[in-house]
Amino acid sequence: MADALDEPLATAPALADAEPAALGPGEASELAWEEAWTPPNHLLENLRVYAKNRIALGGAVFLALVVLFSFLGPLIYQTDQVSTNLLNGNLTPSAAHLLGTSPEGRDILGRLMVGGQATIEVALAVAAIATAFGTLWGALAGFLGGVADAFMMRVVDAMLSIPFLFFVVLLAALVQPSLPIIILAIASVSWLSTARLVRGEVLSLRTRDYVAAARCFGSGPWQIIFRHLLPNSLGVVVVNATLKVADAILTFASISFLGLGVPPPATSWGQMLTTGISNLFNGYWWELWPAAFFIVGTVIAINVMGDGLRDVVEKRLQQR
Amino acid sequence: MTRYLLRRLGQAILVLLLVSVLVFSLLHVLPGGLVRAQLGPKATPHEVAQLAIQEGLNKPIFVQYAIWLGNALHGNLGYSYKLNSPVATLLGEYFPRDLLLVGIALFLAIAISIPLGLLQGVRRNRDIDYGLSFLLLALYSMPSFLLGVIGIILFNIEFNVFPPTAIHFGTSFGADVSALVLPVGTLMLGNVAYYSRYMRSAVIDNLLEDYVRTAKAKGSSWRRILSRHVLRNSLLPTVSLVGISFPYVISGSLIVEALFDYPGMGLLFWNASQDRDYPVLLGVILLISAAVVVGNLVADILYMVLDPRIRYG
Repeated sequence: MADALDEPLATAPALADAEPAALGPGEASELAWEEAWTPPNHLLENLRVYAKNRIALGGAVFLALVVLFSFLGPLIYQTDQVSTNLLNGNLTPSAAHLLGTSPEGRDILGRLMVGGQATIEVALAVAAIATAFGTLWGALAGFLGGVADAFMMRVVDAMLSIPFLFFVVLLAALVQPSLPIIILAIASVSWLSTARLVRGEVLSLRTRDYVAAARCFGSGPWQIIFRHLLPNSLGVVVVNATLKVADAILTFASISFLGLGVPPPATSWGQMLTTGISNLFNGYWWELWPAAFFIVGTVIAINVMGDGLRDVVEKRLQQR
Repeated sequence: MTRYLLRRLGQAILVLLLVSVLVFSLLHVLPGGLVRAQLGPKATPHEVAQLAIQEGLNKPIFVQYAIWLGNALHGNLGYSYKLNSPVATLLGEYFPRDLLLVGIALFLAIAISIPLGLLQGVRRNRDIDYGLSFLLLALYSMPSFLLGVIGIILFNIEFNVFPPTAIHFGTSFGADVSALVLPVGTLMLGNVAYYSRYMRSAVIDNLLEDYVRTAKAKGSSWRRILSRHVLRNSLLPTVSLVGISFPYVISGSLIVEALFDYPGMGLLFWNASQDRDYPVLLGVILLISAAVVVGNLVADILYMVLDPRIRYG
């Protein structure tokens, strides 16, 4: 309990790191927010706990490789991903096209890199927006309590009751899809679970002594939320944000399948998979399996990273 | 308990009202408005004005909402000009097929994931647990349409046992059964991965409880401990999970129906979105949202009945 009094002193910079925590190889973000309020040996301890989990470590390495492949790959393996050449369409893998070509005659390996960029960007943006908005909403609802809380949470319930993919199909019928619209559409449902989670955390945290103490010292509601309640629920939020990235990749794939994808010549893994499925009975395996490998592999990697981070957070909570 | 039920029912009604407002306003922020969307870009201003008056779309939006809600409460969900049939009739025709698909898939998913989770929890951190965990993680990390495609490849392209589409659904009983296998399997497997993960951790938590230790100390057989203490208590969170997962299951049915051409609400909705058939879109969304709210309510009540420790205010 002694550390509860120390916490308010050094928590301000922690909030900014809540979203990018979903980013890249996990430990780096872990580093930033742990540093803010625990001595460095705790940070090393956290890293050690994470790295002890070989599977979680493998997930981080795999994800780093996928990010490198998508963003640096095009510098090494240059392909034309803009023009259409139907004469080169659906070619089997060869020395010229290591993984064959798409129906429009674009190199599949190069396309996986471009599609990976879109997929990773969408997933990270969704996780960032959803985590920021959901955290604020949940913290506010939990902190205010009473009628405001009841109404805010009923809004969440109502939005959760609309099966999301139906909403997306409706959206695809109403507007022309573009990257920002896709991100907003996925984030519009992704923030709901974060709001529920953070509200629960805040409900239990706001009865703590240090919140009462802060109130006695004259802290306003925003100060209590930002300096006390949010930093203390950060661990749970970080784990949640990580899993959100994985969910966003799957959702992006699903809505691409339903027709809400990025407009060509841009692409995403989900759209590549959809193309592969439409050519399923032609036996063009190179249009299906590479994209499937990247989606499933990346989502597995992020999920095991999330589990690893959860172990770190839970170990920390037990020590408290 | 009655008070809790009444409060819970009031909440459900409030949520349904909010859903209707959300959906209604979503359709009315259409660029160019609902009339233009129905008539297309070539309609003259006169025609647009005429249809607007005919459908009451020139009235203030609150009045429109009140009229629409009043009609919906009387079972009048509008008329589909594209399919030339009242929306309520269409829903009555398509909804039962969804109950069949989702019902069988959910039942099988629960029936499989409970013993699976129990097995994993009891044998935790052994080879069989690791193996199953990885398999389930892979399932969990797969877009559901990919799962369906793998099913098509295995059971249609490699071994021609089941049809790759459900277009022959409704012709005969045999055709129905074989058409249902792949869609049901696809929808089910995704949920097995989800539920059994939960069940596993519930079992692990329960194995550490005092009542399990007490039962062991007084010499209860392992079988009795598992069935009377661990299994029963682990079922509780799983029940609420099924309630929570309802919207996801229904979303999943949209994908499955679009992939296999299964003639349920998902396909009806999908086709309506291609035809811009707004009354159908609105009606389907409203009905499935109501189904989700009712499903959550049932799960909550079931939870209360199953867990005597919980006696709400």
